[in-house]
Amino acid sequence: MDSLLLQLLNGLDKGAAYALIALGLTLVFGTLGVVNFAHGALFMLGAFVAVSVNKLLTISQKVRDESITAFEAYTEKPYLEIWLGDLGTEIIQWSVPISALVAIPVMLLIGLVMERGLIQYFYKRTHAEQILVTFGLAIVLGEIIKVFFGANPISQSAPPELSGAARLGAMLGLNENLVYPWWRLVYLLCSFLIVSSVFAFLKLTTYGMVVRAGMADREMVGLLGINIQRRFTVVFGIAAIVTGLAGCLYTPILPPDYHMGMNFLVLSFVVVVVGGMGSLGGAVCAGFLLGILQSFAAMSWVKDIVPGIDQIIIYLIAVVILLTRPRGLMGRKGVMEG
Amino acid sequence: MASITHFNPSTPKRDLAVMGIFALVVLTAPIWATPIGANYPDLLQRFAIFGIFAIGYNLLFGLTGYLSFGHAAFLGVGSYAAVWIFKLLTMNAILAVAFGMLVAAVFAVAIGYVALRRAGIYFAILTLAFAQMSYRLAYSVLTPITNGETGLTLDGNDPRVIDALFGGGGEGIPNPSLFGLELTGYAAFYFCAVVLILAFWVSLKIFRSPFGLKLLAIKSNQTRMRFTGYNTRPYVLTVFVISGMYAGLAGSLMAVTDPLAGAERMVWTASGEVVLMTILGGAGTLVGPMLGAVLIKYAENIFSAVNDSQLADLFGFLPEPVTDLMVGVASLFVGEGWHLTLGLLFMAIVIFLPGGMMEGLYRIGGAIRRRRAGGRAADNSAVTQPSE
Repeated sequence: MDSLLLQLLNGLDKGAAYALIALGLTLVFGTLGVVNFAHGALFMLGAFVAVSVNKLLTISQKVRDESITAFEAYTEKPYLEIWLGDLGTEIIQWSVPISALVAIPVMLLIGLVMERGLIQYFYKRTHAEQILVTFGLAIVLGEIIKVFFGANPISQSAPPELSGAARLGAMLGLNENLVYPWWRLVYLLCSFLIVSSVFAFLKLTTYGMVVRAGMADREMVGLLGINIQRRFTVVFGIAAIVTGLAGCLYTPILPPDYHMGMNFLVLSFVVVVVGGMGSLGGAVCAGFLLGILQSFAAMSWVKDIVPGIDQIIIYLIAVVILLTRPRGLMGRKGVMEG
Repeated sequence: MASITHFNPSTPKRDLAVMGIFALVVLTAPIWATPIGANYPDLLQRFAIFGIFAIGYNLLFGLTGYLSFGHAAFLGVGSYAAVWIFKLLTMNAILAVAFGMLVAAVFAVAIGYVALRRAGIYFAILTLAFAQMSYRLAYSVLTPITNGETGLTLDGNDPRVIDALFGGGGEGIPNPSLFGLELTGYAAFYFCAVVLILAFWVSLKIFRSPFGLKLLAIKSNQTRMRFTGYNTRPYVLTVFVISGMYAGLAGSLMAVTDPLAGAERMVWTASGEVVLMTILGGAGTLVGPMLGAVLIKYAENIFSAVNDSQLADLFGFLPEPVTDLMVGVASLFVGEGWHLTLGLLFMAIVIFLPGGMMEGLYRIGGAIRRRRAGGRAADNSAVTQPSE
């Protein structure tokens, strides 16, 4: 029972990442009708916002190391620590949450540039061409990151206050041994926050209402004299923010490298298809569902029964869902069909 | 893209000429490849093998418009099958190639039967899912068959039953052979070249056959095709299997030229590469995919080999600060960073030349013809259709 609960928790944070990426992807898919293979690159860029912020905060000066007296030794000391003392150290340790704040405008900008610069010319092209051009873009973005940051994963650490293990078992009155990293809890909370704010934006604001109307019938909304194109550009920007934040906050869990976008891309497409094309709720549910199932499949007794199941469970589910429920779990009629 | 794939009236004589020119160009590759610095068997083999892969992919994508993102799985399966033949039975390449194609065909039937229930983006995701499953399984549970991360290689202790029967099986690890002729160096290239010419011939025949026309009809309007009484799925499944067999053929040829097989051949970016080759050359054209494959493999070879000192030589005539700047900028695009060039090339082709290189050639051909015909040709120049 405890091990099941633990796997459930383990699945939740992976599922949260899948859900966020898939939410961003399905915004682009469902609203703009563009198959964006550069979406994984947005996740990767978000992660590298965290890396760059950390690098910026730790720009250092060489200072004499007083602890070594035998010869002249120097150590690197970040300017922030020199100027602000303990507060500076604190800021550096909190670089990942700070970078999440930075990521919002940065990712918005990247999203807008991407949409205006490239994607807008591909609305009328075939899916194959959309896939190809965004696949090319994903390669280019990955390589640019590689030029600046190298090919090795760069690990980031969560703030010390949040990096220990939460004794969830003790808190909930269950088994004492049930522990769970704090940062993953934070990630989970943040993802709930992001998902609900996106939903609130779309369901509760007038702006979101127009966007939803545009998703249902773009032409009609255009005929009513609304510049739906501009709203869709904003939606693309929001999708970039959601995905970027997912990547940015994921850095303490998985050290980012330039290739991580490609790995998550395939998964996120599978998640969107399972959830149902054009359904935001479906994407989020499918993300959590697949994350949890993946972590259940990784349990040893499951692997004993069906060897290798942990490697393929996601794809297997995608195949089954696509064949039995052609529109995915919650797909709307008429979105991306044929 | 549609402008290229529409019905192209062709005569048997013209097809024969295309075949002849193609065979000539392929067989004389060591001659024309010398000036461009590509004349070594290893690279020429790669041209031929990826040419076969792309020609086969084009049969599916170019004719029916079904975008498969999992073709590398068939290539990987073909490689494994061929290496197993080398290990268990004989080093004769014919048997390995045949078995590679057979196994790939079996996989293609199974995957195609399921995946072809859906079309469009769903089909792409389904094929991608199957390919990823094959890749993951090859790395994990199927390690006894695939040898996991190390990859499947030949071993001195392999039984090689048939070879042993005929008194073969000397010391060490033998090379793949063709009835006694060792397939190394140029011999291996010519083996691949002959297979490539055969593969091209089959592809040409399919393009010109009623079957090929039905596939084109499926691409342009599947619903209408169904209304005329055709059950379209068997046709698409057939071409999917043929296309998978081409991939298996390419994979087994990889094993012939270098007897090892690894799971990394099945990863989804490898599937992306063949899509890229086909589109770059011109999907739906006969020779386009071959051109695309050669261009990409050639560019990979050139760009990934260049280093900074060569760049410095290239820009050496400029004043020194400018040279440094140029070398700094250019070095981003070569060597390790050649994927950046690939990505940019990819985007540029899709943005500016969606029909691929063949469309570019047509345009140039059309422009020349217009100029030659002078002012009077303004009326009929728009419909020029040069032979492929």
